[in-house]
Amino acid sequence: MDATLVALVTQLFTGLAVGSLYVLLAVGLALIFGVLGITNFAHGAFFALGAYVGLTVLGRTGNFWLALALAPLVVGLLGLAVERGLMQRIAARADVMSLLLTYGLAIMLVEIIKLVWGKTGYPPTVPAGLQLPVNLGFAYFPAYRLFVIGLALVVTVAVILLLERTDWGLIIRAATQDREMVSLLGVENGRFLGLTFALGVALAGLAGVAAGPIVGIFPDMGTDILIESFVVVVVGGLGSLRGAIAGGLLIGLVISFTTLVWPAVSQLSIFILMALVLLFRPQGLLGRAA
Amino acid sequence: MRWLQRLARRPMLVLAVAFVLLPLVVPYYALASHMLVFGLFASAFDLLLGHTGLLSFGHAAFFGVGAYTAALAAKLFDLPLLVCLLLGTAAAGLWGLVVGALALRQRGVAFAMLTLAFGQMIFFVVLQARGLTGGDDGLRGIPIRGLGVPGFEWRLDNSLHVYVFVAAAVWLALWALQRVLASPFGHVLEAIRENEVRARACGYDTVRVQLVAFVFSALFSGFAGALYTFTLYFVALETLHWTLSGYVALMAILGGSGTVFGPLVGAGVFILLRDIVSTFRDDWQLFVGAAFVLCVLLFPRGICGTLQDVLARRRAPAAELPAPAVAPTLARQPREG
Repeated sequence: MDATLVALVTQLFTGLAVGSLYVLLAVGLALIFGVLGITNFAHGAFFALGAYVGLTVLGRTGNFWLALALAPLVVGLLGLAVERGLMQRIAARADVMSLLLTYGLAIMLVEIIKLVWGKTGYPPTVPAGLQLPVNLGFAYFPAYRLFVIGLALVVTVAVILLLERTDWGLIIRAATQDREMVSLLGVENGRFLGLTFALGVALAGLAGVAAGPIVGIFPDMGTDILIESFVVVVVGGLGSLRGAIAGGLLIGLVISFTTLVWPAVSQLSIFILMALVLLFRPQGLLGRAA
Repeated sequence: MRWLQRLARRPMLVLAVAFVLLPLVVPYYALASHMLVFGLFASAFDLLLGHTGLLSFGHAAFFGVGAYTAALAAKLFDLPLLVCLLLGTAAAGLWGLVVGALALRQRGVAFAMLTLAFGQMIFFVVLQARGLTGGDDGLRGIPIRGLGVPGFEWRLDNSLHVYVFVAAAVWLALWALQRVLASPFGHVLEAIRENEVRARACGYDTVRVQLVAFVFSALFSGFAGALYTFTLYFVALETLHWTLSGYVALMAILGGSGTVFGPLVGAGVFILLRDIVSTFRDDWQLFVGAAFVLCVLLFPRGICGTLQDVLARRRAPAAELPAPAVAPTLARQPREG
């Protein structure tokens, strides 16, 4: 294969790896938006919290896999507490209020991270065992990034199975269509709303642990990626899971290829893409028309 | 209580007195200027949130565009101050027209996301155009300008002069904003906030009305941004970042979204508290976040809104409590625009 093609395919994989992180974040966001109607501005902060909890677990045990398992759990539990303690108090009020509430939470969480773990960040450290590049036949590619792609794939399939094959998933899918009707049918609202929020932010926490070895760990790591994840969700279609997956990969690829061709506009390009999608297909790529 | 009601009927007079007294109670003039500038910004923002029912999460863009345009006009073309302010305001209004026309294809969260995305676009453009804007170092070297009024050579070269000028400008802008809200157009806005479908059924082109409101909001935000340039003679890139869009929402809600001077009060309290807290704690944002959460949970009506409710309850103790959060404006017949 000639050099240009190799570079392009390598970039494709890089795009998929970055996109995988977006997928993990966006699936959580879409889930929370679809079921609870909440625009979770704290998603980026939960992402950063996941990375830091993972860091601590890794520091104590030296086991990356344990960090990958425990961090989402901790973040999810905190999410559950936040939903039960705060969100449900304003459940009756408009989505605008929940947006502002989660925004306030995000600010607090980032400051708490700074208090607990310090303001300076940690450079990316790839966990042992995933450090070597893998020969893909035509080029070498970092093993860790392949792992992230695989992780996102497994997790998304698991979430889709959960939603489409279990009773809980049935309730969630029904709730995205009509929450009032679900409660009229005798399903207690509180519990599954809390668990859905917990699941959503746990995915953000997982993405945080997975992102650490790629982007490094610092208190504001969730700030910009939050906005990018919103772009993903809007491009894919608000509240649509498949849209979040497709949107995440698409945005990852767009960033990756514009970085290759014209680095100055790579961050700008996704906002242009989002504006174009909303102009020509307001419901998003895979969203249902209103 | 009668004197209070009488005062409430002359809000602009109360405001003028408050603006004269403010620098006497605030630690330093520059802080007082910033309180007023952000007060105007929050009021402009609330024209959308409180009076039209649209949450924009990209208002930093209009503030920033106003600030950068005014600064560049002064720095590159050496234009007089008033012309710089005018250009900054106009540029923000123009960008508001573009963003509004596109974002108003959506409502609710998608609208907020779109305004956010357009705000980030400007942020990255200014960040990349380093040669012109200074990128993340901010824009420096803005010359001190005269007002540009012939025969009136008064320069904004000390913080008292700046405060006097800012106070006069903000007062005028707020007066204009009040005129907009009290006009038939303002009533149509509230009708749309209460029930957009119904307003459309009444024959209003709601999207166009909202677009006009959006442009007004952008114009006033840009004016605030342009004023901000001449309080510091420096524009930081942070004036364009989406966190400022979040802060301005907090200011408006803290003070009382939808009330006459709530956003102004909220911005004043926010800027003052930030200044005080940040002198002895560098994690002042923790308090900002906590204020946000508490405000949304406990006082969604903000300082002025809660105060209004309390006063209303005193006046009519027998009435059904609590008073409705927002007066049902549709009961008022929308006059012809």
